[in-house]
Amino acid sequence: MDWKNRDVISIRDFSREDIEFVLKTAERLERELKEKGHLDYATGKILATLFFEPSTRTRLSFESAMHRLGGSVIGFSEASSTSVRKGESLRDTIKTVEQYSDVIVIRHPKEGAARLAAEVADIPVINAGDGSNQHPTQTLLDLYTIKSAFGKIDGLRIGLLGDLKYGRTVHSLSEALTHYDVELYLISPELLRMPRHIVEELRERGIRVHETDDLEGVIGELDVLYATRIQKERFPDEQEYLKVKGSYVIDREVLKKAKETLKVMHPLPRVDEIHPSVDSSKHAIYFKQVFSGVPVRMALLGLTLGVL
Amino acid sequence: MAELKVTAIKEGTVIDHIPAGKGLKVIRILKLDRLNGGALLLAANVHSKKLGKKDIVKIEGRFLSEEEVNKIALIAPSATVNIVRDYKVAEKFKVEIPGEISGILKCANPNCVSNHEYTTPKFYVISREPLKVRCHYCERTMEEEEILTNL
Repeated sequence: MDWKNRDVISIRDFSREDIEFVLKTAERLERELKEKGHLDYATGKILATLFFEPSTRTRLSFESAMHRLGGSVIGFSEASSTSVRKGESLRDTIKTVEQYSDVIVIRHPKEGAARLAAEVADIPVINAGDGSNQHPTQTLLDLYTIKSAFGKIDGLRIGLLGDLKYGRTVHSLSEALTHYDVELYLISPELLRMPRHIVEELRERGIRVHETDDLEGVIGELDVLYATRIQKERFPDEQEYLKVKGSYVIDREVLKKAKETLKVMHPLPRVDEIHPSVDSSKHAIYFKQVFSGVPVRMALLGLTLGVL
Repeated sequence: MAELKVTAIKEGTVIDHIPAGKGLKVIRILKLDRLNGGALLLAANVHSKKLGKKDIVKIEGRFLSEEEVNKIALIAPSATVNIVRDYKVAEKFKVEIPGEISGILKCANPNCVSNHEYTTPKFYVISREPLKVRCHYCERTMEEEEILTNL
């Protein structure tokens, strides 16, 4: 696979070999970065970050990744300060920005915007979230975090917890996990179950899937528990929300039933899904997960720029 | 014979084996209701050995493009297209749902970029029976009912 100039739009475009190659490259860069403190692979290259929608982690970690590779960054963090407000089309914005840069990272509220940007631009485009559709670099950093913690992904029992209906990260992650030999536990309130077509697809592709609303009943089985935020606005009334919310809080009490080696992940931001007292436990790897964003995005930037 | 209930045409196209009730839809999708000149004939609810009941559309003096044939395939996958020259069937083929559908279908997702920017909407057929397609841009899947309302 020639990575130079490749776009990173959807996790669907990735084979297992592609995923493994990105993870391996990220591992190498993390090691080199630790040894040398600063790398110069991307010296003279410019990343344009086009955030039509706000984001903290994703934008900062892309910018950090580019700086750590020795490159520089231009861009905007909200559309209101750009010509988009004057009615400029996405096409024209992309055509303009590619004259100033070597790689584009885009987050946009419309689904499919990154795919369109990639078609318009001659330089590589990386999707940092298109509406409720895809966020492939999040999925890759999730896989990287799991692999760093266990040395492998095959053979693990992975629980996805919370809003499985609307959660973009859990959809992409489960899609990517079909490339691996894993067992999935889908833990959510009835109202927020994983969409049927995704569950069917997972089963068709040979994944053993268990669905339950009882976290405590299955937590003892799990190697990884991936929690997501349950949003109030998904519920018809507040009482229903409060009832459900309480049963999916991960605290030290719940974790007593877990394996010693269980790792808890969360794409963040969290509200009260994970009690802060868990942060200092050996189970918590969600800040390590945040850190993983940098080497994984360094790998993707370096590979698509063709400088590694 | 069912066909003889409707006048034969000299030159043009006969779309046969349309599932009963879909004939009008075929006419509308192909914009045949705006046809100038030649005759347009619809036989609805005709007996068929294969389908039980079927619709037939005959269009005089007009031949179909590949894009039009693809559209028919989405509405009436069982249809056959007959090219008529001098009252005889010169060519006959079954319509086939292509692997990719470009330009003729709109995405049902209102938040899809293809509904807001200048693009050619494109879909991948992920299942023919039942018909299911995936949008090239937003990756949402659409099933038959949504597909028919967005043609």
